[in-house]
Amino acid sequence: MTSPPFACSASSTGKFGKYGGQYVPETLMEPLKVLADAYLRFSKDPSFKKELAGWLGQYAGRPTPLYLASRLTSHVGGARIFLKREDLLHGGAHKINNTLGQALLARNMGKHRIIAETGAGQHGVATAMACAALGLKAEIYMGGEDIERQKLNVYRMKLLGAKVHPVESGSKTLKDAINEALRDWVTNVEDTYYLLGSVVGPHPYPTMVRDFQSVIGKEARRQILRQEGKLPKAIVACVGGGSNSIGIFHAFLSDMEVGLYGVEAGGRNMSPGKNAAPLVAGREGVLHGMMTYVLQNTEGQVESTESISAGLDYPAVGPEHSYLMSVGRTKYVTQTDSDALDGFRLLSQLEGIIPALEPAHAISYATKLARSLQKEDSIIVNLSGRGDKDVDIIARQFPQ
Amino acid sequence: MQDSFHNDDPIEQKFRELGNRGEGVVIAYLMGYDPDPKSFRANATSLIEGGADLVEVGIPFSDPVADGPVIQAAGVRALSAGATPRKILDAIGELSTQFAIPFLIMTYYNPILAMGIERFVKSASENGVRGLVIPDLPMEEGDGFRDIALKHNIDSIHLASPNTSRRRLLNIVDKSRGFVYLVSLFGVTGPRDILTPQALETVKTVKTIARGRIPVSAGFGISQPDHVSSLLRAGADGAIVGSVLVRTVAEHLDDPGEAPYHLKKTISGLKQASKLRG
Repeated sequence: MTSPPFACSASSTGKFGKYGGQYVPETLMEPLKVLADAYLRFSKDPSFKKELAGWLGQYAGRPTPLYLASRLTSHVGGARIFLKREDLLHGGAHKINNTLGQALLARNMGKHRIIAETGAGQHGVATAMACAALGLKAEIYMGGEDIERQKLNVYRMKLLGAKVHPVESGSKTLKDAINEALRDWVTNVEDTYYLLGSVVGPHPYPTMVRDFQSVIGKEARRQILRQEGKLPKAIVACVGGGSNSIGIFHAFLSDMEVGLYGVEAGGRNMSPGKNAAPLVAGREGVLHGMMTYVLQNTEGQVESTESISAGLDYPAVGPEHSYLMSVGRTKYVTQTDSDALDGFRLLSQLEGIIPALEPAHAISYATKLARSLQKEDSIIVNLSGRGDKDVDIIARQFPQ
Repeated sequence: MQDSFHNDDPIEQKFRELGNRGEGVVIAYLMGYDPDPKSFRANATSLIEGGADLVEVGIPFSDPVADGPVIQAAGVRALSAGATPRKILDAIGELSTQFAIPFLIMTYYNPILAMGIERFVKSASENGVRGLVIPDLPMEEGDGFRDIALKHNIDSIHLASPNTSRRRLLNIVDKSRGFVYLVSLFGVTGPRDILTPQALETVKTVKTIARGRIPVSAGFGISQPDHVSSLLRAGADGAIVGSVLVRTVAEHLDDPGEAPYHLKKTISGLKQASKLRG
């Protein structure tokens, strides 16, 4: 049996079709090769796999439950909505799946200084946790604007022993934090490991981060088959850089009957600069070392983005998403800030689960999708993080 | 040794001509439209009159990962002055009617993709540009690009850095035209006070591999005359100076008319240092 074309891994040069690649300064070419080789070696090493599985089980809290949100399901009146509870992981988000994997890899490579970028702060926190647990030094780049809106996470990173570098260039958000982390890496290649937080950047990051996150989908597929006896009609996940969505999609890629829906941040509206939806509203381009869909103006300058959720506030997207969209395997939609707030309140009030604003976009879309399906169908939403970090923002939106 | 350069290449001709006189090539970088079109033109003119052998013009990009704060700020100024690839190409076109030197462009890959590769290189060629430096387009990703550029008589100038492996260096030397742009340090663009021994070592390594088939110019962190003479004595055929010039532009934003005088003085000193003989 031949596999469908979309079920491929990145090529040796890190291309998913024409997307991906390594569009980076020359100084990073050698370290990326060393990293790709090391990752390939360790990913095939049973003792590395065992070590990682141990950390994911004993430290991060895997497996996470697949929870039937029955009150939300009755409220919506359609397909049964299941939540993959990544919000229950240590640190409160799926990010720890990746940071443990990469921090172990870094330690095995003999690198003791770890740098990372962060948007909402979830990846920064997860990096700080993994580094503290493994005895590594963490330095986190975070945009000045994100520091303002995610103060709690900044404080958590500091408590965990990480150093937080504010980034005041450009739009002072995630994209600029990545620029600054890349500049740090170019300067300190010899002793530094760059622990990227999503399925973005140059090869091997999109492949490596996807592999570390694909545990989400592997568990979810087993769980839904056990709990429902059949595959779901659809998987819904939010897409910023795209790691939680790739993580849950991957195990279902060959199950053609399962619809895969990525939900991008519709922000305020769909005019330029007012959203963060590169797959829906962007064009092909090159940013942060990868060929992918990018929000940009006609001259190729990257657009500023806007979203109520700092974690989705990014003008590009992982190259594998661009590829999956181009072959028609996945669909991408948007939900606005106000849709996300609806999803946020609905889940809090009906299920007693406060979601992060990022997966609140997925919740909101899932309720609409569920309505169009039959009662015997099911949908899985990747609940990629919990909402404690967003309580300040919500309090400002609903001040009573 | 220099007979084996690509003979019809105007950039390599410049290196040969100066090399035969015992001189290194001094390449001056300015961000196009920084801080405004008129000042840019005056500044570029003063650099050429002050002795710059080649001029490299930056086209700004919103996310310049290879650049330090000085050139990042120049990019922001240029964009707020309305810079677009189209307008900067036109500005170079005007300069090239006045000065018969090959111009270079340094920019990132995305603005070129947005304009369309063929359209960009064709227009660049028509405006006197003979070489392109694209820091985020490494050799492996640049195959198709290189061919299109060459068709329009534009050199793809590849970068080499202190950690580039010997195998890659052989390939880079083989595929580059014009010169190999040697990044002489680990880091981003920006003036440094001292030239590290590592920079000189890297020059020697790359020169050995280049074996006279293509000139080698060193850039990043080069700000003073003694940096230029040290690099040339170590074997480099040229030196690229950028941030120190851009910083001069930035220091005279209140009175941009002052900048040309200072730029001319700086470039003269650097050019003087490139004359190893005579």
